[in-house]
Amino acid sequence: MTVILSYFNYWVVVLLMMIGFYGVIAHGNMDKKLMSLGLFQTSVFIMFISAGKVIGGATPILRDGVALHSNPLPHVLILTAIVVGVATTAVGLALAVRIQEAYGTIEDDLIGDPSHEPEEP
Amino acid sequence: MTLTQWMPFIVLMPLILSGVSALLPGKTAPWLLAFATATASTILAALVWLGLGPEPMRYAFGNWAPPMGIEYRVDHANALVALIVSGIASLALLWGKRSADQEIPERQGIFYALFLLALAGLLGITLTGDAFNVFVFLEISSLSTYALVAYGQDRRGLLAAFRYLIMGTIGATFILIGIGFLYMMTGTLNMADLAERIPAVADTNAVRAGFAFIIVGLGLKLALLPLHLWLPNAYAFAPNVITVFLAGTATKVALYVMLRFIYTIFGGDYSFGALPLADIMMVLAVAGMVVGSWVAMFEPNLKRMMAYSSVAQVGYLVLGVALVSIIGLTATFVHLFNHALMKAGLFMALGTVMYRTGSARIEAFYGVGRQMPWTMTAFALLGLSLIGVPATAGFVSKWYLIWGALDAGQVWLVVLILITSLMAVVYIWRVIEAAWFQAPRDQQSPVAEAPKALLIPLWLMVALNIYFGLDTRLSLGAAEQAAQVLLGGF
Repeated sequence: MTVILSYFNYWVVVLLMMIGFYGVIAHGNMDKKLMSLGLFQTSVFIMFISAGKVIGGATPILRDGVALHSNPLPHVLILTAIVVGVATTAVGLALAVRIQEAYGTIEDDLIGDPSHEPEEP
Repeated sequence: MTLTQWMPFIVLMPLILSGVSALLPGKTAPWLLAFATATASTILAALVWLGLGPEPMRYAFGNWAPPMGIEYRVDHANALVALIVSGIASLALLWGKRSADQEIPERQGIFYALFLLALAGLLGITLTGDAFNVFVFLEISSLSTYALVAYGQDRRGLLAAFRYLIMGTIGATFILIGIGFLYMMTGTLNMADLAERIPAVADTNAVRAGFAFIIVGLGLKLALLPLHLWLPNAYAFAPNVITVFLAGTATKVALYVMLRFIYTIFGGDYSFGALPLADIMMVLAVAGMVVGSWVAMFEPNLKRMMAYSSVAQVGYLVLGVALVSIIGLTATFVHLFNHALMKAGLFMALGTVMYRTGSARIEAFYGVGRQMPWTMTAFALLGLSLIGVPATAGFVSKWYLIWGALDAGQVWLVVLILITSLMAVVYIWRVIEAAWFQAPRDQQSPVAEAPKALLIPLWLMVALNIYFGLDTRLSLGAAEQAAQVLLGGF
């Protein structure tokens, strides 16, 4: 029980990561794939931020009477990673829109392997 | 300003000027800017490579001393990779003007902006001395690459780009997880600092898991079999100038980062001791060599054929690493250099034919040998280099790989290298056979020889392939230095 409770954040991370990863593999719909990918990435953000928490530590702002601070660096790193995640989702969604225009669907199963597509004239 | 202060501009120039390129109208101005930038980066990378002493060249950004700030740290290994990447980018752009004009009729300013961003990302990965910075630049290059792959008019490029995006993001996130584990255990992100602190915590599952995540993530970026699935379609359906650029650079940079993590950060003893890494890499490399060459022999789309050949070549590169010897590592670096030259050249030759015929199917190559003799002769010569015929660059790489395998006492590897080379003969011969021994499909309207703007850069690649096959002082010397630097640590 203590193993579960004391590492609660990390269990959540593992759970979210696996849900996301499974979704990326299992879903045929490209929007759902992107959502799952977002979940997968977000779980890693939580992992970083959990690592930055110092038990009993205050917010990392310098002021009188506070000696113990949480580590702010993971937050900064994850801000960057969130930007990357947003950009990835944006590019992915833009591609999904273009695929919808070109193929009329964003279901992976209905499109099939592009290499078997007959050559366009 | 000293050379050390100029060094970051290798990355900063393409990064900053990509924004300018996006604003430029028309077709000539953005191309000219991109080409000038890539060439300037190449010259600067060459100067840095020549100016390196025994100590690595270090530059701390914003004057924040490492390990707090981000530093660029350049030694003989990454200076060589940076030179290859920027050099191939310049050559691809030199060749690609006409090809891009045909394939990308509008919004070329943004196209070249993305190209410069991808270049800046790849160069940033190469030069940085900070593990998290690797991730950021990796995503800069990857995101722009996804967009570039989808930029052509072929709708299949969209699908290829989407699937590349999914797999590439999973790979990058794996790398991020790995870096996260390392940060949790050591409290630092600076590579030199990590190398100092990891031995104290090396024998923990967190570090081992971090190492495994990073290797798998980079394996995805490297297109090491079985993680290669994104590569054939991404290469086949991207605009030709992008294929030329990616084939010479993207997987090479991923391999360099993998070597940096294996040798500099974790240390060779730990990397090959904590996991059976050498055995795993050996198996995957051999599988990649055989499967890639095998599929290439039957692939009707020639760009996909060359892409599968790249999967096989990644196998050779990793094989050199898996031999865990100075000769093997030298072979890897020589092949890194030579393969960039030959594969970029081969894709240029295919692209030159496609400029006239508009298709990469083998049927489109029927009879092309007589109609475009200069292009197809260049293809044949570059093909010989890929096969590894003496007096070409490819021979030098194969020679070193075979020497490394013999040195390790693995005779069966020599046999396998020879067999896969014979398979390369088969798939190169298919193209030669189609081009010279088949009647053209359409007798009435023969295709003309390609314009000189495409032919001259193509023959420049041929000349480079032959030059580095005859005079190996430069390529081998650089590769030996790079291997020694990696084995020696920072």
